[in-house]
Amino acid sequence: MYLLLSLVAVVTVFPFYWMFILATQAPAEIFRTPPHLWFGRSGAENYHALIRALPTFWRNMWNSIYVAIMATLTTLFFCSLGGYAFAMYDFKYKNQLFALMIATMMIPPLLGIVPYYIMMSWLGWIDKPRALYVPSMASAFGIFLLRQYIAAAVPRELLDAARIDGCSEFRIYWNIVLPLIRPGLATLGIVTFVGSWNNFLGALVVLRSREAYTLPVALRSLQGLYTTDWGAIMLGTALSILPILVVFLFASRRIIAAFAAGAGLKQ
Amino acid sequence: MSNPLGLWRRWWARRQQRYAPYLFISPFYILFFAFGLFPIGFSLVLSFHSWRAVGGLETMRWIGLENYRFLLTDPWFWQSLGNTLVLLVISGLPQHLIALPLAFLLNRRLPPRLRHLYSASYFFPYITSTVAISLVFGTIFGLHYGILNQLLEYLASAPWSRWLFGWLEGYLPINWLGKAVYIKPAIAIVVLWHWFGWNTILYLAGLQTIPREVFEAAKVDGANVWHEFWHISLPLLRPIIFFAVTMTIIGNMQLFDEPFILTGGTGGPGRAGMTVAIYLYRTAFEWTQMGVAAAMSWLLFVSIGVLSLLNYLLLGRAALARRGEE
Repeated sequence: MYLLLSLVAVVTVFPFYWMFILATQAPAEIFRTPPHLWFGRSGAENYHALIRALPTFWRNMWNSIYVAIMATLTTLFFCSLGGYAFAMYDFKYKNQLFALMIATMMIPPLLGIVPYYIMMSWLGWIDKPRALYVPSMASAFGIFLLRQYIAAAVPRELLDAARIDGCSEFRIYWNIVLPLIRPGLATLGIVTFVGSWNNFLGALVVLRSREAYTLPVALRSLQGLYTTDWGAIMLGTALSILPILVVFLFASRRIIAAFAAGAGLKQ
Repeated sequence: MSNPLGLWRRWWARRQQRYAPYLFISPFYILFFAFGLFPIGFSLVLSFHSWRAVGGLETMRWIGLENYRFLLTDPWFWQSLGNTLVLLVISGLPQHLIALPLAFLLNRRLPPRLRHLYSASYFFPYITSTVAISLVFGTIFGLHYGILNQLLEYLASAPWSRWLFGWLEGYLPINWLGKAVYIKPAIAIVVLWHWFGWNTILYLAGLQTIPREVFEAAKVDGANVWHEFWHISLPLLRPIIFFAVTMTIIGNMQLFDEPFILTGGTGGPGRAGMTVAIYLYRTAFEWTQMGVAAAMSWLLFVSIGVLSLLNYLLLGRAALARRGEE
């Protein structure tokens, strides 16, 4: 049993190991039999080759970081606000509005991809980071997730007490609800950040110039151009995975729990 | 408190309490209208038009069902739909066949740290970029120097593994990405590798909700491991299996990233790796046939709906009925 579990783990982790190995090997080492299974010494040369082929690499990295941070912050704000309203208020048409929102989660994203591009070019948002995070910043999934969390974590009496003290509704949300739901926000934040970091099709469609590329599109552009220097491509790939990998090593429990909680709710 | 300011404040407090929730939920509906509903309506309209997107809207020409008729008689469309369905089966089915027993094993008495180490390593591919992993697999699948072919060559010739892998010798080296027959298996391996850990975590979470006493009672009654898996875990997991399979269907029908990177954006030799999503992308953004692409997205939507319905009839109805009984 342990043998089987370990074998699967090795097969799963191997491609990552292999990526780091190739990222440090010179072409002569990569193209040889039998393969060299340990780190080479050409990391620096591969880095220079990567920057030669993709001078905008760090700019693309920054774009990815910027889009992911903006996506996370805006999603957390609008989804907690919406989730708070659905969890804590009784208002007319609440159930209908909620059902409508849930129904929109069934729409496959590919359905809107052609008009998405057309709209973004009308708005002049081609090559703009906001094209990637604005459309999804109040996601139905996020509102749903935080609604469930708020309903369980925030006592209504607390809000009524604040109202008697003359707190405005937005202040109640900002000063009382937000601090109480930090774990819920962390869950949604992780899922949103990772989703944005890995988004490919959307970025491929609206980002047209090299300076505006996020990492997945930038790495893809290396492919046709520079097919022989796998060391450089693997180094770029490794650098693009590294941030997620480092965070995962420190917070794997929390990250797995976040994704599992998201899926549990969708059920 | 009868001064006008106090009255006004109390009036305002009641007002804002009534209207605040509408204000708080409005961002979703505004954004959904602008970036969800409008594009969908627009794509429906567009699917009845011929439009190259280079001119303005006035160059849109009404052609009725012509786009749909074209696609339904287009061999490339049927091929891409066939590819997508084959990939759905050969990458989707093994995901669940591997994830279920794996989750079952992980749920048995394991040291918690070890259990976490295993599940973390299975899970990690799920949160890495599909572009990055497809590039890594691009090197693994290399014809002469790819590590996979070198491993298979070793296994086929080494004395201790010859009896099992010897038959491969005639096929090596396998041209994973250069020959039409091998492209789908290559894509399926990447997709499988990317997703099985996710399903394992889902099933493990489901199994952990089954009380330990259930397994213990079964053991007292003389049930062996096989019985535990087949007669206790599987039936109790049915709602989760239904959910996970639904997610696989919806996700894999829109499969784009992995085949796009592995085939260099084309679909590969003989278009054997061209999924509907790739064909749609090329139609819209290489050949700028926006109307045809919009029609294709609707046909894809309908086929996802049909498959989901089939899945519901096969797996879901029974699973959800069972849940209702409890």
